[in-house]
Amino acid sequence: MNFWINVFSAGVSNGTALLFATMGELLAERAGVLNLGVEGMMLIGAVTAYSTAYATGDPWIGLIAGMIAGGLLSLLHAFVVITLRADQVVSGLSLTFLGIGLSLVLGEGLASVKGVPTIPAFSIPLLEQIPFFGPIFFDNKSALVYFGYLLIPAMWFYIYRTRAGLHLRAIGEYPAAADSLGIDVYAWRYFYVFVGGIMAGLAGGAITLSITPGWFSEFTTSGFGWIAIALVIFAQWDPVRAAIGAYLFGSLRRFTLDVQGVNVVLGIANPFFYDRNLQFFLEMLPYALTVIVLIIGSRAAIRKRLGAPAALGIPYVRGERGLL
Amino acid sequence: MSQAIQPNPAVKTRALRFPISVKLEPRLETPRWLSWATTIGSVILALLITAVILVWVGADPVRSFRAIYLAAFGDSYVFSDTLVKATPLILTSLACLIAFRMRLWNIGAEGQFYLGAWGATLIVEAVLGKDASPWIFIPLMLISGFLFGALWGFIPGILKARFNVNEIITTLMLNYIALYWVAFWVFGSWSERGFQMTPMFPREAWLPRLMDYSSLFKPFSGMTVHLGFLFAVLAAAGVWYLLSRTRFGYEIRLIGDNPNAAKYAGVNIGAMIVFVFMLSGGLAGIAGMSEVTGVVHRLQDRISPGYGFTAIIIAWLSKLNPWAVIPVSIIFGGLLIGSREIQPSGLARLLQGILLFTLISSEVLNRYRVQVERAK
Repeated sequence: MNFWINVFSAGVSNGTALLFATMGELLAERAGVLNLGVEGMMLIGAVTAYSTAYATGDPWIGLIAGMIAGGLLSLLHAFVVITLRADQVVSGLSLTFLGIGLSLVLGEGLASVKGVPTIPAFSIPLLEQIPFFGPIFFDNKSALVYFGYLLIPAMWFYIYRTRAGLHLRAIGEYPAAADSLGIDVYAWRYFYVFVGGIMAGLAGGAITLSITPGWFSEFTTSGFGWIAIALVIFAQWDPVRAAIGAYLFGSLRRFTLDVQGVNVVLGIANPFFYDRNLQFFLEMLPYALTVIVLIIGSRAAIRKRLGAPAALGIPYVRGERGLL
Repeated sequence: MSQAIQPNPAVKTRALRFPISVKLEPRLETPRWLSWATTIGSVILALLITAVILVWVGADPVRSFRAIYLAAFGDSYVFSDTLVKATPLILTSLACLIAFRMRLWNIGAEGQFYLGAWGATLIVEAVLGKDASPWIFIPLMLISGFLFGALWGFIPGILKARFNVNEIITTLMLNYIALYWVAFWVFGSWSERGFQMTPMFPREAWLPRLMDYSSLFKPFSGMTVHLGFLFAVLAAAGVWYLLSRTRFGYEIRLIGDNPNAAKYAGVNIGAMIVFVFMLSGGLAGIAGMSEVTGVVHRLQDRISPGYGFTAIIIAWLSKLNPWAVIPVSIIFGGLLIGSREIQPSGLARLLQGILLFTLISSEVLNRYRVQVERAK
């Protein structure tokens, strides 16, 4: 039992970074803009947050700096795909390259710094005593984790129950109709891409300042940005499903580490304990599972005839007759 | 844009307005010179931006660029090293190019490269005896490298064709899986005395290098260019022929330009997706094979410094033209060689990222006539 509590407890913490990135990408995609640059924005956020926290001694200032950095980088993508109407796939990939390169240059020598403050962690009294769930969700968690809990219902409410959320869905599904109602499609798309960048920057900052403190060059994010994009598809653009996916993936991360430390699993001798070399298969697991999750998501999309916002990836040109 | 704004400071306008507005008017056709001019312009712009960033972080851009140039193109020996670096880049770029031409986003050339390298090593480790003739070794390794690369392309291809699974994510995830797959073998049963590499391949399994013929022609001594470079040039010719001279290539271009038209014309798009993905993976697999048999002479952890990712940029920079891939890859090979010499180490990656952005931004000049006018 303790084994699983440890796995899920760490999973909720790991998953928080994934949650932020996934929610940000979800908003941008709901507005019709695919941003494949999540990994790059996370890395920029991570390096900016870490170095700012080091320079100022305040993790919160670092986190905000990371969010701004992620947001600024995303504006580049917004300009290129919304104003210049370039291909969103290519621009997003470029953003990843740029983010990785820039963060490596900015993070030169940052790996060896010591004494960078981290985001404080605390427990919630009473709630932490609930058996099983208490230790997983409320025991000695970073403030960001609790922020994540609040974000999930807030996102759901915003998207499905507010006027702004209705407009958001409209500009992703049928921008021409939204435009005819006086919603400024261009401005809102800029806004949501920017929010997506801020959230990716937050995710990066959460990693370097809270989850796994430190700067490990481009391995800091270890592909979380890409997993976030896959989770959005798996979640069918729904924030609650996205959150569940994020926490499960976070748990998987920890599971692959912890399972190597026990000699008996489910009553049989644990091969991962006795043969260290099999660890590489465990490390493949999150990536393999991402593919599987994507297959499930895509099949569901075909079956239910729903899925991606209809205008996802298509530049909007006012007054031009297109597909939409 | 219909309401006029009164130039009265007392009246607050509700919306933020830029003083100028940009109008984009689609061009019917792009002149050839313009397309090349914007490419060259964006390269210059990327160098300038990189220089500004270098100054900002406290480095000397002129010295950095000069050091890169000298280390890559300074004399015939370093140029030979540059060609060695260009070899996997040409092959992986062709892999990307052929997929991109059909608008299939194969971001997995890196993983397919690793599988190709693994496939070639499999021949040495498990199939042939150490004393087999090079005439058997090299063709067999080539085929095995191609097949395993193609296998790694088949997976995203079939998933895309069958279930419409986003190939960007699957190819990326398969990159990670390939990395750990190779690590499993080189740390495990193929490891040489616990080091994370296989034993050195027998000489018979090495691709011949120019320096091997230095007894025939003196200036060849020390030249590391190997047979893989020839594979790469032949592959470029092959891809060019395939794309522009065959029915198969025509269908690839048709699907890329207008998938609906292709569907109505009776092209089996699903089969084409799988096939092109396998071809693409196979080309990247040959790159991996050529790298282990021509340069490293053993399989080890992390043999690629990101060839498969740089290839994406090269394919774009070449405007998806197979012949242009060769010179562009040589320039990027030089950049790889050169950036080893200088700090900060992320410079090459940064330049690549900026270059991609200036390129796609300049694309707008090719597609649209840009008119800047003052807002009314």
